[in-house]
Amino acid sequence: MLKNSLHRIGAIIERDLRRFRRSPTLMIVSMVMPLVQLVILGYAFGGKIKHVEVGVVDQDHRVPAIQLKEMFNAVAANAQTFDTTSYSDEGKALADLRNGSINALLVIPPEFSRKVQAGMNPRIALVEDNTDQFSSSALSASFTELLTAYNGKALPPRISNAVNLSVVEVYPYVPYIQYLLPGTITLAIFVSAMIGGGIIFIDDKARGLHEGYLTTPLTKFDLILGFNLAGAIKAVLSGLVLATLGSVIAGIPDPLNALRLLRMLVLVAFTALALISMMFLIMVRVSDPLVPRAIFGVLNTVLFFPSGAVYPINAFPPWMKVITTIDPFTYAVHGFKSLILKNTGLMAIGSDLLFLALFTFIAMAAATMLFKRTL
Amino acid sequence: MTSAVHTAPPPPPEFAVEVDNLTKCFGDFCAVDNLSFTVKHGEVFGLLGPNGAGKSTVIRMLTTLVLPTSGRAAIIGHDIVRGANDVRQAIGVIPQAMTSDMDLSAWENMNIFAKLYGIPREKRRKVIKRLLEEVDLTQWADKPVKMFSGGMRRRLEIARGLVHEPKIFFLDEPTTGLDPVSRVMVWEMLTALKQERDLTIIVTTHYMDEADSLCDRIAIVDHGKLVALDSPLTLKASIPGKNVIEVSFAGIPDGWQQLLESLPEVAEVKAEGLVFRIATHNGPKTTVALMDAAREAEVSVTSLSVQSTTLDDVFVHYTGRQLRDTLQAPSAKESPFIMRR
Repeated sequence: MLKNSLHRIGAIIERDLRRFRRSPTLMIVSMVMPLVQLVILGYAFGGKIKHVEVGVVDQDHRVPAIQLKEMFNAVAANAQTFDTTSYSDEGKALADLRNGSINALLVIPPEFSRKVQAGMNPRIALVEDNTDQFSSSALSASFTELLTAYNGKALPPRISNAVNLSVVEVYPYVPYIQYLLPGTITLAIFVSAMIGGGIIFIDDKARGLHEGYLTTPLTKFDLILGFNLAGAIKAVLSGLVLATLGSVIAGIPDPLNALRLLRMLVLVAFTALALISMMFLIMVRVSDPLVPRAIFGVLNTVLFFPSGAVYPINAFPPWMKVITTIDPFTYAVHGFKSLILKNTGLMAIGSDLLFLALFTFIAMAAATMLFKRTL
Repeated sequence: MTSAVHTAPPPPPEFAVEVDNLTKCFGDFCAVDNLSFTVKHGEVFGLLGPNGAGKSTVIRMLTTLVLPTSGRAAIIGHDIVRGANDVRQAIGVIPQAMTSDMDLSAWENMNIFAKLYGIPREKRRKVIKRLLEEVDLTQWADKPVKMFSGGMRRRLEIARGLVHEPKIFFLDEPTTGLDPVSRVMVWEMLTALKQERDLTIIVTTHYMDEADSLCDRIAIVDHGKLVALDSPLTLKASIPGKNVIEVSFAGIPDGWQQLLESLPEVAEVKAEGLVFRIATHNGPKTTVALMDAAREAEVSVTSLSVQSTTLDDVFVHYTGRQLRDTLQAPSAKESPFIMRR
């Protein structure tokens, strides 16, 4: 009985994999999208902000103001965070700021030098175009650092009671492209599950291929297990290719480390099973081939972005954290981050594996209840 | 003391297929309405009917694809609901849609299906080889099905449906969409396959000539109900007249249909606008009288044909001539598949 069942399940898987081997284009395309995303997003978000245009209005023209401007110009020439343009007319500078010709305006007021020399709390003003928060934050940080250096001319006391913070980084510097890699691997598994378990599954149904299955002695159990395992195997292949190729592209140290790849295989398999069973649950009663195509973008957004793949979960509003909590992406991304960025063992991601296993079980159980062995 | 109890195997059921008050409703619409008939072992049984008459729904219920709303049916004694798995072992099904996998070869398609039926490897190899020979596809066995013509694909499907040596073979419009040569080939092949096997065939078709020459008995279904059931010969004899005259006129006076009905040997006259179908016991005699009457009444005959009664006439007699472009139950319930063929 069990032997017959295994034979039948094997036949469903064999059919799917033979088709995959003959016509792998669709599955290869499914890997291209996450890879492109990794490279484009990785470098688009990961770089330092440079060459922000800053206008400088010097209304003072004395030595301290000139020294300050020289410091700005030196930073502009070396760090290249910003480029400076001098203005003699503050009104013209403000107009340029508003129409976007410059990103910020530094104003050195007329009494600046006198106040510096008299120790009367001198001030300069940075007027920012805050519609671009990334650039304005980078500028603020750069100018704060610069003024700290400008102010620190006096010798510090020999015995200080000021508290200093020493930051110790446990891991080597993680560029954004590496931060993005765990999400990209999960996304590749998802796209594969979406195509194999969603689009191709419904297309086969629409073409009548399932009708051929339903008139054979296949049981409900055989059908569900056969469809899911076939989809999961393809998703595992996608995930493994992305994990390896992505590690190389993102510059992960020792990307072909066999032990880490083996650990990743375990997590890829758990993720693939969770995502394919979720897809099967969504598609179990669908018969219109347009549906999986229509919900692809929505699912991608709802699952990928709240998972912490591109931005830390701690920054999310409470309602989005609810999605994060039940989203299988979250646990897959967290697991891959541990394995890839921290090089941990499987014990460290035990809770992620447990969630993914539970998610698979619940989704499969629900899909089994909803699955009809008739048309 | 021991006593051996010998229990004889149960006798085979009298009929290969028994259908008793079978009904399938989708909401308020009943696609099949209290249908009853039986099919004998070894018979070729045709299910005919206009589009939307319920033929495919009957086939789908008998092949366990759709659950009946009420009534019962049995395939070689196995109830289609309670004994669905035994039914699936006993039947081969060729659905309307071409269900072969286009990316796989003919051999692979058959091999996968043989595995689904649990046929051991050695037997599988022999059966597939023999069946591919019988459907004349041996030389294309390793080619992907997407390179096959419609006729080749249909022959492959027929071979695939026989891979587990079923007793009952269901074919739902197997020749629809095929060119005349492929149609003839499919039917010749089916006849040959049937002669070599103890096979009962249940087929739906829109081609009356096929049904006439190949079916032992024909059931005509309309609006989900059985309207006629008998051999093609008996069915043809059951409608009025031996010949049918189809005649059209340029213009007719009042009372023209009554005049036609009064012509010698006329059994029945049906009018569709200016076209009349006259069933007669003597075609030539009625034709001569018809031409005389037209000349006398100064009515122009624009076309006229005389033919023997065919199954087409039987079909039209029992189902009428109106088009069946009516809305049916939501297709998702009867058939969720919208990308057929």
